[in-house]
Amino acid sequence: MSFETFPEWRGKELDEILYECRELLEDTEYPTINRWRQNGGKVAGHFQVYFPEEIAHAAGMLPVKMGGAPVEPNSADSHFGSYLCSIIKTSLEVALNEKVKLDLFISHPICDAARNLAAIFGRNFDYPCQILYLPQNPNSSHSLQYLTDEYGRLKRLVEEITGNKITDEKLRASIEVYNQNRQYLREIYDIKRDTPWLLTADEGYALLAIGGLIPREEHNEVLKTVIPLIKSRVRKKEDRIRLVFEGGFCEQPPLDLIRMLGQTCYLVDDDFLIGMRWILSDVSLEGEPLRNLAHSYLEDSSYSPVQHDNRKPKEEMLLKRIEACDAGAVIIAAAKMCEPGLEEQVAYTHELDRKGIPYFVTEFEENMNSFDHLEMQVDTFLENLLF
Amino acid sequence: MNSTPENKIVGRGNRDGAALFRDWYNDLSQTAETDGRAAYVFVMGSLNEILKSFDMPVVFPEINSLQTAVRRVAHDYLDEAEDHGYSPDICGYVKADYAVQKRGGEHPMGKIPKPSIAVLTNACNTYIKWAEIWERMYDIPIFTMDIPGTRQGGKPSLEGSVDFENDRRYVEAQIRELITLCEKVTGKKFDIDKLREVLKNTNSLHSSWEKVITLNQNTPAVFNALTDGTIFLGVANGLKGTPEGAKYFKELVEEMEYKVKNGIGTLTEEQYRLVFVGVPCYPIFRRFNELFTDWGGTFINSTYLWFASGGANRGFQYDLEDPIKSLSIGLLMSVRDAMDSMFHQEIMVESMVKDFKIDGIIYHPIKSCRTVSTGLADSRYHLSKKIDVPSLFIESDMMDRRVVTEAQMKNRIDAYFEGLASRRQRMGAH
Repeated sequence: MSFETFPEWRGKELDEILYECRELLEDTEYPTINRWRQNGGKVAGHFQVYFPEEIAHAAGMLPVKMGGAPVEPNSADSHFGSYLCSIIKTSLEVALNEKVKLDLFISHPICDAARNLAAIFGRNFDYPCQILYLPQNPNSSHSLQYLTDEYGRLKRLVEEITGNKITDEKLRASIEVYNQNRQYLREIYDIKRDTPWLLTADEGYALLAIGGLIPREEHNEVLKTVIPLIKSRVRKKEDRIRLVFEGGFCEQPPLDLIRMLGQTCYLVDDDFLIGMRWILSDVSLEGEPLRNLAHSYLEDSSYSPVQHDNRKPKEEMLLKRIEACDAGAVIIAAAKMCEPGLEEQVAYTHELDRKGIPYFVTEFEENMNSFDHLEMQVDTFLENLLF
Repeated sequence: MNSTPENKIVGRGNRDGAALFRDWYNDLSQTAETDGRAAYVFVMGSLNEILKSFDMPVVFPEINSLQTAVRRVAHDYLDEAEDHGYSPDICGYVKADYAVQKRGGEHPMGKIPKPSIAVLTNACNTYIKWAEIWERMYDIPIFTMDIPGTRQGGKPSLEGSVDFENDRRYVEAQIRELITLCEKVTGKKFDIDKLREVLKNTNSLHSSWEKVITLNQNTPAVFNALTDGTIFLGVANGLKGTPEGAKYFKELVEEMEYKVKNGIGTLTEEQYRLVFVGVPCYPIFRRFNELFTDWGGTFINSTYLWFASGGANRGFQYDLEDPIKSLSIGLLMSVRDAMDSMFHQEIMVESMVKDFKIDGIIYHPIKSCRTVSTGLADSRYHLSKKIDVPSLFIESDMMDRRVVTEAQMKNRIDAYFEGLASRRQRMGAH
């Protein structure tokens, strides 16, 4: 690649690369996005959970995850009422204070607050701000055709914004880049599951999350470089509880909270930024690319509290996740004021009670900066399991 | 009371509406007592058109929940749900209904039958999470009628365009799948002529509903959009597709036209014409309204009348020659309109201000409903830059009395009206 948005990691040792990834994640000046723009590139901001980035990528845009930020929503606050989650406020904040400049904003009908976000952005910015209506009846026999058509609509919009025609060849090339990315992320999660002592929770999270801020080709290069280095790390296995974290599908816990969890247990699986791992295996490169993307979204995908699919009862999916990573306990979290997350907590805990699987229920906020109380609670929970 | 024509006709809508409502709940109680089941549906896209063609009794859990608040027992139900793990930050409607179910259908209006099926749209995401509770509780089929909304504010796809047709085909396919599911659940064969009959009744109701709302353009207003409007909404939702519903609304138009002709308003002296944006404050429903009427303010229109009727305000007329296709168009346009009046409400409010001679806009975001409330502050800010109509922003809830502070509310409302009065004085108009 001739132009890089994130050159800081180049030529460094593993620990330094991981440090640079964490720094990038917490940098509220968004250097990578700004470098992209300074180089003449256009930016497509998309809200959680899943967005078919391949379509924007194929037109040469930088797809960016508008997934909240560690900032105070000083400007955005007056645009919202009370009783709302932090992520929708901070996502607007970084756009209002021009830390992130966009050419397109997309939100999804994932929850009642997020559905309002496209309208709110639309009232405040001149660029197109839309909802991508991912199907909420994935069990309909027509949902595949509908989603293919909806992706077709998005493709036309992106072409209009960029002036670049998106051919099937370009789309296939983008799908290939993203297939590679999904493969690397699966390898990162394999490491977390099989040898969690080689990669701490916050390191794993940083490696995942920077993908939302840099071109996916660059992300692939970072991952390709670090995966063998992580595997060759010399670290001693410790006798720790293996834990699943559930509740990070939209608003993200602060990195320090994840670090704190990683110091007390092995976080062997989670749903952090699950949209980046939504599609479970390679999207086919044969036939119609948009249809293939739609097919993978519907038929070969993960789960979250904001998608109802008769084939994926959430409690059963969680039990499968716990079983697949051989976890001994679960943290059932929800972002403050996140209605779907809070509702799912009830279903999850009732099921875990039935199965006798230990769990700890908590709420978090992306901007929380004191973890002492939570750390003590988690420690107590884990000690109760050990002794 | 003497039985002059005026006494017979004025107030008939409220009297008959309340009676029909009681009858409806009595029927539901009877169904429950005989261990019958009902279809659980929601106000924004109830699919009553299909369900009524299978003679399925319908339960509106949203209406059940708001009834607990109006009857001042919601807190009991909310407490029970919270004891079962539901957070105080979750929609109060969901929690009250959860407790109703846990109590075997016990409700202040009677007994609520258990569900045989739940049919919901995506107009509110909480519908989906809510239905998942019944799915777990009763192991019943839940059907999400996914109706894509407007993608970008003010730019809905137009009928006949490629994008509209893509959405419509999706809706039509789902209607056909719902019909198959209803056949399975009821054991009855679908009768298209019966659907035509239901649609004919719905056409009548739609057309009357549109007229009733429009009649409030007159001065004085012939009904209060907040209080009377809620009664009308109950009938519009519960009895949609029935001959009783069609008749009720036909008579309601007659009543409102009579009031227009005779200059009969909702207040002795209408001082301020208001638009209500949000969801009513049911825990103190009557008192909340009085805080405005005491100052001569009356609610002329509301976004609630639009979205809580599932977009019936559009007055959409189904084509009985091609009922399924027409139903797909009507559902798409009406439910999309309902969603627009929540997400892009500034467009509707601006038109209301113009068409209904509005003096003030009252925004009432609530803790329970993020669908309606999330964008209100931003929408108000942008609308205030376009039109010069004073507005008030007060937050509380539709269910939870813990976040309803009447004294504080009164202070702000009083100050608002003092501002309106002084503005009027300054402008030298009355």
